[in-house]
Amino acid sequence: MKTRTKLKRGLLPSIFVAILLVALFVIAGVASAQESTGNVTDDEVNAIAKELYCPVCESTPLDVCATQACADWRDVIRTKLAEGQTEEEIKAYFELQYGARALAEPPRQGFTLAIWILPVLAVIVGGLVFARYIRGLRTAPVETGPNTIQTDFPDQNALKEKAETESDTYRERVERELREM
Amino acid sequence: MLADIGYAAIFIAFLAAVYAPFAAWHGVRTKQSRWVQSGRNAILIIFPLVGLACVMLVLSILNNDYSIQYVWSVSSREMPTYLKVTALWGGQQGSILFFNLLLAGFTAAAMARKWDDERAIMPYAIIVASLTLIFFLLMIVFLENPFARIGAVPVEGSGMAYLLNAPVTYVQNLFTRPQMVPADGNGLNPLLRHPGMIIHPPMLYLGYTGFSVPFVFAMAALIARRFNDSWTRTTRRWTLAAWLLLGLGLVLGGRWAYDVLGWGGYWAWDPVENSSLLPWLTGTAFLHSVMIQEKRGMFKGWNVSLIIITYLLVVLGTLNVRGGLVTSVHSFAQSNIGWWLLGFMAFMIFFSIYWVYERRDQLKSDNQISSYLSRESAFMLNNFLFLSIVAVTFIGTYFPVLSELVTGQRVTVAAPFYEKVNGPLFAVLLILMGIAPLTMWYRTSARRLGRMTLGPAVAATLTVVILFILDIRNWVALLGIWIVTFSAMLTILEIARAINARIRSKGESPFSALSALITRSRRRYGGYVIHLGVLIMALGIISIELYQQETQIRLNKGESVAIGDFDMTFRNVTRFPGPDDLMITEATVDLSRDGQFIRSLTPRTELYTRTGQPMTIPGVRSTITEDFYVIVVNFEGTTENAATFRIFLNPLINWVWAGAIVLIAGTLIAAWPDRAEQKIMAGSRAKPRRRYPVGAVTGD
Amino acid sequence: MTQGTVESPEASAERSRNSRLGITAVVVIALVFVALLFFGMQRAVVDRPDGVAPDFEVQFFDGYEWENQPTANLSDFKGQPVVLNFWASWCVECRIEADLLENTWREYRDDGVVFLGVAYVDVEPKSLDYLQEYNITYPNAPDLRSSVSDKYDITGVPETFFIDREGNVVHIQLGPVSETMLTGLIDQMLADPNQGQEF
Repeated sequence: MKTRTKLKRGLLPSIFVAILLVALFVIAGVASAQESTGNVTDDEVNAIAKELYCPVCESTPLDVCATQACADWRDVIRTKLAEGQTEEEIKAYFELQYGARALAEPPRQGFTLAIWILPVLAVIVGGLVFARYIRGLRTAPVETGPNTIQTDFPDQNALKEKAETESDTYRERVERELREM
Repeated sequence: MLADIGYAAIFIAFLAAVYAPFAAWHGVRTKQSRWVQSGRNAILIIFPLVGLACVMLVLSILNNDYSIQYVWSVSSREMPTYLKVTALWGGQQGSILFFNLLLAGFTAAAMARKWDDERAIMPYAIIVASLTLIFFLLMIVFLENPFARIGAVPVEGSGMAYLLNAPVTYVQNLFTRPQMVPADGNGLNPLLRHPGMIIHPPMLYLGYTGFSVPFVFAMAALIARRFNDSWTRTTRRWTLAAWLLLGLGLVLGGRWAYDVLGWGGYWAWDPVENSSLLPWLTGTAFLHSVMIQEKRGMFKGWNVSLIIITYLLVVLGTLNVRGGLVTSVHSFAQSNIGWWLLGFMAFMIFFSIYWVYERRDQLKSDNQISSYLSRESAFMLNNFLFLSIVAVTFIGTYFPVLSELVTGQRVTVAAPFYEKVNGPLFAVLLILMGIAPLTMWYRTSARRLGRMTLGPAVAATLTVVILFILDIRNWVALLGIWIVTFSAMLTILEIARAINARIRSKGESPFSALSALITRSRRRYGGYVIHLGVLIMALGIISIELYQQETQIRLNKGESVAIGDFDMTFRNVTRFPGPDDLMITEATVDLSRDGQFIRSLTPRTELYTRTGQPMTIPGVRSTITEDFYVIVVNFEGTTENAATFRIFLNPLINWVWAGAIVLIAGTLIAAWPDRAEQKIMAGSRAKPRRRYPVGAVTGD
Repeated sequence: MTQGTVESPEASAERSRNSRLGITAVVVIALVFVALLFFGMQRAVVDRPDGVAPDFEVQFFDGYEWENQPTANLSDFKGQPVVLNFWASWCVECRIEADLLENTWREYRDDGVVFLGVAYVDVEPKSLDYLQEYNITYPNAPDLRSSVSDKYDITGVPETFFIDREGNVVHIQLGPVSETMLTGLIDQMLADPNQGQEF
C-alpha cells in the first residue's frame, strides 16, 4: 500500500511502531491530563480535520488518519483553534505550508478552478453533441421511403413499423439485406 | 514441482492464445472451418490450463512452500486453511493469475455456446477475445510470474528483451534452486482477512472480466459485418451478468469499508473506487439504451460505443489498481506492468475507434425519432445523465494527474467535489427513473404524462410538507425526499395498475396477478424492482449524508457521553493476544436510551504486531432506523482507565444495504430467461435457414 | 449499401463531413488522454532516470542560513556537490541516519560539499525539536507548499539526492543512507567533477 511505503520501509520500523503503540497504551494516562489545550474539543478539531488531507496518507481524511504526521497536524489545528483562529485561516495556513493538495476541496482559483469548470463544460458540450445526434436521428433518412422524412405525425408510419417488427417477413428482409452488404 | 507444472500450464495457455487468432484468420482466409474450429479449441483449452495453474499455486500455499516468492509474501504457517486458499488473490501476481482464470472462463463460456446463428462472427470473436487473453497471459508469464522462486536469478534486460529472457531465466532457475528457503511466510495483508475483502475482489474481477464478453461480441459482429439483432440479445444478457457482479463487488467493497476501516462511511470517492464505478455506470447506460436498439433499431453506433467504453474503462481500472497510476489507498504495487497495461489500453482504444469508423455503415439507424416526448428520448436523456456522471467522475479521478502536468502541484479531489457535482445529476436521474417507464414508444402526449404524475407529485409534496412541519428544515433533504417519494410512488403505481388490470380482466388474486406479470415480462418488472432498490438506497444515502451525527471524546472508566437519544458509558478495556500475531485492545461500553439499558458494545482495535498494521473494528448496534457506530481511537492513546471514542450515528444506513439486496433480486428477475423470448429465439432457430460457410463474409 | 436510402448528395456530403469531424474529435481526445496517462505513469513508476536536478528556492528554519542569507536557491550551490536530504520528524527511519548526516557534513563542509535538509510534510515546532535533538547544523528548511518534494517526486522519507557540481542527480537513495555509500558518493562527486555516474 502506498501509505505504508511512504511511512515505513521494511520490518524494523514496523516493530518500532508496534512497540511505540504499546508504550503509548501505558503512558497515555499522563497524556490525557494535558490534552485539554484551551477548551478545544475533539469535535471542533475533527470538523476542520475532515476538510484536510495529509499528503503522506492520500485518500484518507485527516480526522481518521492514524499516522504520526496526521496527529501532528491535528495538534496544529488544536493550537490554532485555541489561539482563536477561524477555520478559513487554519485552512489557508495548511495550504501555504503543504500546498493545495492538503485541502479536501480544490481551491477555486488559478488552474485548479478548471476542476469546477471542466465538468460543467463537459456536460454542456456533451449535451450539444447529444442534441445534434437526436436531431440527426429525427431527420435521418430511413429505408421506408421519402414520404416519412418530414412527417411530423408519424403515427401511421409508426404503427406500420411496429407491425413489421413483429412480423417475420420484416426480420428476414433485414437479415437478408445485412447479409448482402 | 507443483510450481513448475503451474508455470508450464500458463506458458502453454499463452502459446494457445497466440495460436488461436492465427488459426482463425487462416480459417477465414482459406474458408476452412476446421482451422476456425482449431482456433476455438485453443481458446477453450486456456481456461483449464489457467485453472490448473491456480490449483498448483493454491496447493503450494497449502504446502507452505516458501521457496516461491508469492507464497512467502501472502501466507504464513499459522494462517487458517480458508485464508490460504483465498490468498490466491491476496497479492499482485496471484491476483493477475486469478484475473486470467476468470477472463479465460468467461471467454470459454462465450465460445462454447452454439454458433449456428452467427457462424460468420466466430473467427472474429476468436481473434478479438485472444487479443485480451494474450495480453493478460503475457503479464502473468513474463512480467508478474506467481511461480517465481525466492532468491532466483533476476531477469535481465528491459522491454522486449525482458520478455524474451523471463521464461529462459525461469528454466535456468529450475537447475539452480536456492538453498535457503524461509521457514515461515510473511502472512496475508491483514486488511484482506475480512470476509468482505475475501469476496469483494473476486466479485469485482468477475464483473471486470465479464465485460470482456460483450466487447468481443460487439467487435466481432462489427468486423464481420453482422451487426444485427442477435448481437444485442446475446450481449445484453452477458452485460447484465457482468453488471450484476460488478455491482455486487462495489456493494461488498462499501460494506467492507464500513465494517473494518473505521471511519463511519462506506464510499469515499477514492480513485480506485471510482475506476470500478465508471464501467458500472456505462454498463447501466448500455442496459437502458440497448432497449431502443432492440425495439427501434436505433442507437447502434451509440450502443457499440458504450460497450467499447465500458471495456476500456475496465482495462483502465486494472491499470489504476495494478499499475499504480493514480495514487490511492488501493494502489498495491508499483511495477512496470503499468506501462504494458497502458500500451495495451492505447492499442485497444485505437483498434476500437478504427473498426467503429470503418464499419460505420453498419451502425446507421433503421428508424427516426418520432417525438421528443417518447420512450426513446427518455432513454436518451437517461444515457446523457449517466454519461455526464461518468464524465464528472472521470475528470475528478484524473484531474490530479493533469494538475501535476500543468502546474507541477498535485491537488486532492475528494468526496466534496463529487458530491457537489454528481449530486444534482443523480437527483435528475432519479426523477427520470420514475417518469420514463410511463412514456411510450414513438410518442407520448404531455397531457397523459401530466395526468399520471400529478398524484405522486401531490403525495410527495404532502410528505415533504409534513416533514417540514416535523421540523426537518434542510432543503436538500426535503428535495431529496420529494424526489424519492415521487419516483417510488410512480413505480409502485405502475405495477399496481398492471396488477389491477389483470385482476379485473382475468379475475386473478393480486398475488398471482403479480407473479403472472413478472413471469410474463421479467425484464420490465425486474427493472421496476431494480428501480425500487435504487430508491431505497437513495433514501439511505440522503439521510446518512445529511443527518450523520458524530462526536469524539476521551472518557475515563464510568464516564458517559450523549449523542442523539443515546447515552454511552465506558465500562472497561482489556488487552489480549488474538489468533495469528494479533494484539487486541477491546473496550466495553454500555449503550442506553432514556436511562434504559439497551446492550453492551465491544469496539476494538487489532494490531498485527509483526507488520505493525492496525485495524479498527467498530462496535455497532444496527437497526432499521439507524446504526450506533463506535470505534476506539487507538492512536489517541488507550490506557487501562481511559480511552478516546469516536461515535457515529448513521441514520437509515441499513437502507443502503437493503436497497442493494432488492437491486440484486430485481436483476435476477430481469436476467432469468424469459419464456416468451426463448420461444422467439427457439422459433427463429428452428426455421430452415441457408447455411453460410465460414469465411463467406470476409472481414475486409 | 443496398437499401433504398433516399439521401440528397448535399446531405450525404454533410454526413461524411460530420463523421470525419466526429472521428477526428474522438481520435484527438483519445490521444490527449493516452498522453496524460503516459505522463501519470512516468510519475507513478519509481524508477526515475538521472538528469538535471530541478532548481528550487527554500526559506530556512529560524537559526539556519546559507552565507548569512535566510533563503537559498539550488542554483546558488552550482560548482559544489549537494546532498539533498528529505526527512520528517514523524519518520522513524530518518532518525537512523540523522547523526550520520550531521557528522559527514562536519567532515566534508570544508571541501565545499553542501548538505541541505528539507522537512517533508512536517509541522514546524516538531521539526525544530528534531533538529535540536540531533544537533543538526547544516542548513535546513521546511518544504513550503510541498513544492520541493513535488519537483523531486519523492516516494517517501527519508530520501536523499546526490547532486554533482554540474547540477546533475548522480544517485537517489530511497530510505536511510549508509556511511560507506554516503562517503563513497561524496568522494566520487568531489573527485570527478565532470562526470555524473550511476553509483
